[in-house]
Amino acid sequence: MMILRRTCKQVASLLIAREDRDLPLADRLALRLHLAACKACPKFERQVLTMRNALRQWRNYEMDEASVKSGD
Amino acid sequence: MPIQDQIAEHHSYLLRFARLQLRNDAWAEDAVSETLLAALAKPQSFGNQSQLKTWLVGILKHKIVDSIRQRTREINIDNTGETDQDQELDALVFKTDGHFASDPSDWGNPEQDLSSRQFFQVLEACAEKLPAAMGRVFLMREWLELPCEEICKELNLTSTNLYVQLHRARLRLRECLELNWFGHTGSTANS
Repeated sequence: MMILRRTCKQVASLLIAREDRDLPLADRLALRLHLAACKACPKFERQVLTMRNALRQWRNYEMDEASVKSGD
Repeated sequence: MPIQDQIAEHHSYLLRFARLQLRNDAWAEDAVSETLLAALAKPQSFGNQSQLKTWLVGILKHKIVDSIRQRTREINIDNTGETDQDQELDALVFKTDGHFASDPSDWGNPEQDLSSRQFFQVLEACAEKLPAAMGRVFLMREWLELPCEEICKELNLTSTNLYVQLHRARLRLRECLELNWFGHTGSTANS
Protein backbone atom coordinates (compact mmCIF):
# COMPACT_ATOMS: atom_id res chain seq x y z
CA MET A 1 0.00 0.00 0.00
CA MET A 2 2.87 2.38 0.71
CA ILE A 3 3.54 2.66 -2.98
CA LEU A 4 0.06 4.15 -3.41
CA ARG A 5 0.42 6.66 -0.61
CA ARG A 6 0.58 10.31 -1.65
CA THR A 7 0.86 13.52 0.33
CA CYS A 8 -1.65 16.31 -0.23
CA LYS A 9 1.06 18.24 -2.01
CA GLN A 10 1.61 15.36 -4.42
CA VAL A 11 -2.12 14.92 -4.92
CA ALA A 12 -2.57 18.62 -5.62
CA SER A 13 0.20 18.33 -8.17
CA LEU A 14 -1.55 15.39 -9.86
CA LEU A 15 -4.87 17.25 -9.92
CA ILE A 16 -3.18 20.15 -11.67
CA ALA A 17 -1.27 17.89 -14.08
CA ARG A 18 -4.51 16.14 -14.99
CA GLU A 19 -5.70 19.35 -16.65
CA ASP A 20 -3.07 18.97 -19.37
CA ARG A 21 -2.24 15.31 -19.71
CA ASP A 22 -3.50 11.82 -18.96
CA LEU A 23 -2.16 10.42 -15.73
CA PRO A 24 -0.58 6.97 -15.51
CA LEU A 25 -2.90 4.32 -14.08
CA ALA A 26 -0.97 4.03 -10.81
CA ASP A 27 -1.32 7.78 -10.23
CA ARG A 28 -5.02 7.67 -11.00
CA LEU A 29 -5.50 4.91 -8.48
CA ALA A 30 -3.41 6.66 -5.84
CA LEU A 31 -5.40 9.83 -6.48
CA ARG A 32 -8.73 8.05 -5.98
CA LEU A 33 -7.59 6.43 -2.78
CA HIS A 34 -6.28 9.68 -1.37
CA LEU A 35 -9.35 11.71 -2.33
CA ALA A 36 -11.62 9.17 -0.65
CA ALA A 37 -9.77 9.52 2.63
CA CYS A 38 -8.75 13.19 2.69
CA LYS A 39 -10.77 16.23 3.70
CA ALA A 40 -8.70 18.98 2.13
CA CYS A 41 -7.87 17.54 -1.29
CA PRO A 42 -11.47 17.17 -2.54
CA LYS A 43 -11.79 20.91 -1.87
CA PHE A 44 -8.72 21.54 -3.96
CA GLU A 45 -10.18 19.31 -6.68
CA ARG A 46 -13.37 21.40 -6.67
CA GLN A 47 -11.35 24.55 -7.15
CA VAL A 48 -9.50 23.02 -10.08
CA LEU A 49 -12.81 21.97 -11.65
CA THR A 50 -14.25 25.44 -11.09
CA MET A 51 -11.22 26.89 -12.83
CA ARG A 52 -11.67 24.43 -15.71
CA ASN A 53 -15.34 25.36 -16.16
CA ALA A 54 -14.70 29.05 -15.76
CA LEU A 55 -11.88 29.06 -18.29
CA ARG A 56 -14.09 27.22 -20.75
CA GLN A 57 -16.82 29.83 -20.38
CA TRP A 58 -14.29 32.61 -20.49
CA ARG A 59 -12.84 31.54 -23.82
CA ASN A 60 -16.35 31.04 -25.24
CA TYR A 61 -17.34 34.56 -24.06
CA GLU A 62 -20.25 33.20 -22.07
CA MET A 63 -19.42 35.68 -19.35
CA ASP A 64 -20.51 38.47 -21.66
CA GLU A 65 -23.97 37.01 -21.77
CA ALA A 66 -23.90 36.54 -18.01
CA SER A 67 -23.09 40.23 -17.64
CA VAL A 68 -26.07 41.11 -19.84
CA LYS A 69 -28.33 38.98 -17.67
CA SER A 70 -27.14 40.63 -14.50
CA GLY A 71 -28.09 43.98 -16.00
CA ASP A 72 -24.66 45.52 -16.45
CA MET B 1 -25.05 50.30 -37.56
CA PRO B 2 -22.29 51.52 -39.89
CA ILE B 3 -19.36 49.18 -40.26
CA GLN B 4 -16.94 51.68 -38.67
CA ASP B 5 -19.05 51.80 -35.51
CA GLN B 6 -19.31 48.04 -35.33
CA ILE B 7 -15.55 47.82 -35.64
CA ALA B 8 -14.93 50.46 -33.00
CA GLU B 9 -17.20 48.54 -30.71
CA HIS B 10 -15.12 45.38 -30.93
CA HIS B 11 -11.70 46.96 -31.13
CA SER B 12 -11.04 47.28 -27.40
CA TYR B 13 -12.44 43.83 -26.70
CA LEU B 14 -10.12 42.23 -29.24
CA LEU B 15 -7.18 44.27 -28.04
CA ARG B 16 -7.73 43.09 -24.47
CA PHE B 17 -7.39 39.47 -25.47
CA ALA B 18 -4.52 40.11 -27.89
CA ARG B 19 -2.56 41.86 -25.14
CA LEU B 20 -3.27 39.14 -22.64
CA GLN B 21 -2.03 36.52 -25.07
CA LEU B 22 0.93 38.30 -26.68
CA ARG B 23 2.12 40.36 -23.70
CA ASN B 24 3.36 43.03 -26.03
CA ASP B 25 1.26 46.08 -26.86
CA ALA B 26 2.73 46.69 -30.31
CA TRP B 27 2.29 43.07 -31.40
CA ALA B 28 -1.23 43.09 -30.02
CA GLU B 29 -2.14 46.28 -31.90
CA ASP B 30 -0.78 44.77 -35.10
CA ALA B 31 -2.70 41.54 -34.67
CA VAL B 32 -5.94 43.42 -34.02
CA SER B 33 -5.40 45.80 -36.95
CA GLU B 34 -4.73 42.86 -39.26
CA THR B 35 -7.86 41.18 -37.96
CA LEU B 36 -10.06 44.19 -38.60
CA LEU B 37 -8.54 44.77 -42.03
CA ALA B 38 -9.23 41.16 -42.91
CA ALA B 39 -12.77 41.58 -41.65
CA LEU B 40 -13.31 44.79 -43.64
CA ALA B 41 -12.30 42.92 -46.77
CA LYS B 42 -15.47 40.86 -46.30
CA PRO B 43 -18.14 43.44 -45.46
CA GLN B 44 -20.92 40.96 -46.21
CA SER B 45 -20.07 39.28 -42.92
CA PHE B 46 -21.13 42.32 -40.89
CA GLY B 47 -24.75 41.36 -40.58
CA ASN B 48 -25.30 39.51 -37.38
CA GLN B 49 -23.92 41.25 -34.27
CA SER B 50 -23.57 38.20 -32.09
CA GLN B 51 -21.89 36.14 -34.77
CA LEU B 52 -19.67 39.05 -35.72
CA LYS B 53 -17.80 38.92 -32.45
CA THR B 54 -17.21 35.18 -32.65
CA TRP B 55 -16.06 35.59 -36.21
CA LEU B 56 -13.66 38.42 -35.36
CA VAL B 57 -12.19 36.49 -32.44
CA GLY B 58 -11.71 33.52 -34.76
CA ILE B 59 -9.70 35.67 -37.17
CA LEU B 60 -7.77 37.24 -34.31
CA LYS B 61 -6.71 33.84 -33.01
CA HIS B 62 -5.22 32.96 -36.39
CA LYS B 63 -3.40 36.30 -36.55
CA ILE B 64 -2.04 35.73 -33.06
CA VAL B 65 -0.72 32.28 -33.89
CA ASP B 66 1.01 33.85 -36.91
CA SER B 67 2.42 36.56 -34.69
CA ILE B 68 3.82 34.05 -32.20
CA ARG B 69 5.22 31.93 -35.00
CA GLN B 70 7.15 34.92 -36.38
CA ARG B 71 8.64 35.68 -32.99
CA THR B 72 9.50 32.29 -31.61
CA ARG B 73 13.08 33.35 -31.00
CA GLU B 74 12.12 36.56 -29.23
CA ILE B 75 9.74 34.92 -26.83
CA ASN B 76 12.18 32.54 -25.28
CA ILE B 77 10.81 30.62 -22.37
CA ASP B 78 12.92 31.00 -19.31
CA ASN B 79 13.36 27.51 -18.01
CA THR B 80 16.03 27.82 -15.43
CA GLY B 81 14.26 25.59 -12.96
CA GLU B 82 11.95 26.60 -10.18
CA THR B 83 11.89 30.31 -9.37
CA ASP B 84 11.85 31.76 -5.87
CA GLN B 85 8.29 32.77 -6.41
CA ASP B 86 7.22 29.21 -7.18
CA GLN B 87 8.99 27.97 -4.08
CA GLU B 88 7.40 30.67 -1.98
CA LEU B 89 4.01 29.73 -3.33
CA ASP B 90 4.63 26.10 -2.42
CA ALA B 91 5.71 27.04 1.09
CA LEU B 92 2.62 29.20 1.45
CA VAL B 93 0.17 26.50 0.41
CA PHE B 94 1.77 23.39 1.90
CA LYS B 95 3.45 22.49 5.16
CA THR B 96 6.79 20.70 5.02
CA ASP B 97 5.08 17.36 5.69
CA GLY B 98 3.05 17.76 2.47
CA HIS B 99 -0.26 18.69 4.10
CA PHE B 100 -2.17 21.83 3.19
CA ALA B 101 -1.21 24.74 5.42
CA SER B 102 -4.90 25.61 5.48
CA ASP B 103 -7.77 23.87 3.72
CA PRO B 104 -8.60 25.17 0.24
CA SER B 105 -11.67 27.38 0.54
CA ASP B 106 -15.10 26.98 -0.99
CA TRP B 107 -15.39 29.28 -4.00
CA GLY B 108 -19.08 28.58 -4.46
CA ASN B 109 -20.34 28.27 -8.03
CA PRO B 110 -19.19 31.59 -9.46
CA GLU B 111 -19.41 30.31 -13.01
CA GLN B 112 -23.11 29.50 -12.55
CA ASP B 113 -24.54 32.48 -10.78
CA LEU B 114 -24.91 36.20 -11.28
CA SER B 115 -21.72 37.10 -9.52
CA SER B 116 -19.88 35.56 -12.46
CA ARG B 117 -19.01 38.88 -14.01
CA GLN B 118 -16.82 39.77 -11.07
CA PHE B 119 -15.39 36.28 -11.00
CA PHE B 120 -14.31 36.54 -14.61
CA GLN B 121 -12.78 39.93 -13.95
CA VAL B 122 -10.74 38.43 -11.15
CA LEU B 123 -9.83 35.45 -13.33
CA GLU B 124 -8.63 37.73 -16.11
CA ALA B 125 -6.70 39.94 -13.73
CA CYS B 126 -5.03 36.83 -12.29
CA ALA B 127 -4.09 35.59 -15.77
CA GLU B 128 -2.66 39.01 -16.51
CA LYS B 129 -0.47 38.78 -13.42
CA LEU B 130 1.32 35.66 -14.69
CA PRO B 131 4.87 36.35 -15.86
CA ALA B 132 4.85 37.11 -19.60
CA ALA B 133 6.37 33.87 -20.89
CA MET B 134 4.27 31.71 -18.60
CA GLY B 135 1.14 33.67 -19.38
CA ARG B 136 1.70 33.30 -23.10
CA VAL B 137 2.00 29.53 -22.81
CA PHE B 138 -1.02 29.32 -20.56
CA LEU B 139 -3.17 31.40 -22.88
CA MET B 140 -2.03 29.39 -25.88
CA ARG B 141 -3.44 26.38 -24.11
CA GLU B 142 -6.57 27.89 -22.55
CA TRP B 143 -7.57 30.61 -24.97
CA LEU B 144 -6.10 29.60 -28.34
CA GLU B 145 -6.87 25.99 -27.38
CA LEU B 146 -3.78 24.68 -29.08
CA PRO B 147 -2.82 21.04 -28.48
CA CYS B 148 0.28 20.61 -26.33
CA GLU B 149 2.28 19.21 -29.25
CA GLU B 150 1.58 22.31 -31.29
CA ILE B 151 2.58 24.70 -28.50
CA CYS B 152 5.83 22.78 -28.11
CA LYS B 153 6.46 23.08 -31.82
CA GLU B 154 5.68 26.79 -32.06
CA LEU B 155 7.77 27.72 -29.03
CA ASN B 156 10.51 25.15 -29.39
CA LEU B 157 9.72 23.58 -26.04
CA THR B 158 10.03 20.02 -24.84
CA SER B 159 6.79 18.57 -23.51
CA THR B 160 8.35 18.43 -20.03
CA ASN B 161 9.09 22.15 -20.16
CA LEU B 162 5.61 22.88 -21.36
CA TYR B 163 3.96 20.87 -18.58
CA VAL B 164 6.12 22.59 -15.99
CA GLN B 165 5.07 26.02 -17.29
CA LEU B 166 1.39 25.09 -17.41
CA HIS B 167 1.60 23.54 -13.97
CA ARG B 168 3.09 26.67 -12.43
CA ALA B 169 0.62 28.88 -14.24
CA ARG B 170 -2.35 26.89 -12.92
CA LEU B 171 -0.99 26.86 -9.37
CA ARG B 172 -0.46 30.61 -9.45
CA LEU B 173 -3.87 31.19 -10.91
CA ARG B 174 -5.47 29.08 -8.19
CA GLU B 175 -3.60 30.93 -5.48
CA CYS B 176 -4.56 34.28 -6.98
CA LEU B 177 -8.21 33.25 -7.07
CA GLU B 178 -7.98 31.89 -3.55
CA LEU B 179 -6.72 35.27 -2.33
CA ASN B 180 -8.85 37.55 -4.48
CA TRP B 181 -12.02 35.65 -5.16
CA PHE B 182 -12.49 34.01 -1.81
CA GLY B 183 -11.62 37.31 -0.16
CA HIS B 184 -14.33 38.88 -2.27
CA THR B 185 -17.06 36.36 -1.43
CA GLY B 186 -16.01 36.41 2.20
CA SER B 187 -16.36 40.17 2.41
CA THR B 188 -19.79 40.27 0.76
CA ALA B 189 -21.26 37.21 2.43
CA ASN B 190 -23.11 39.32 5.01
CA SER B 191 -24.31 42.06 2.72
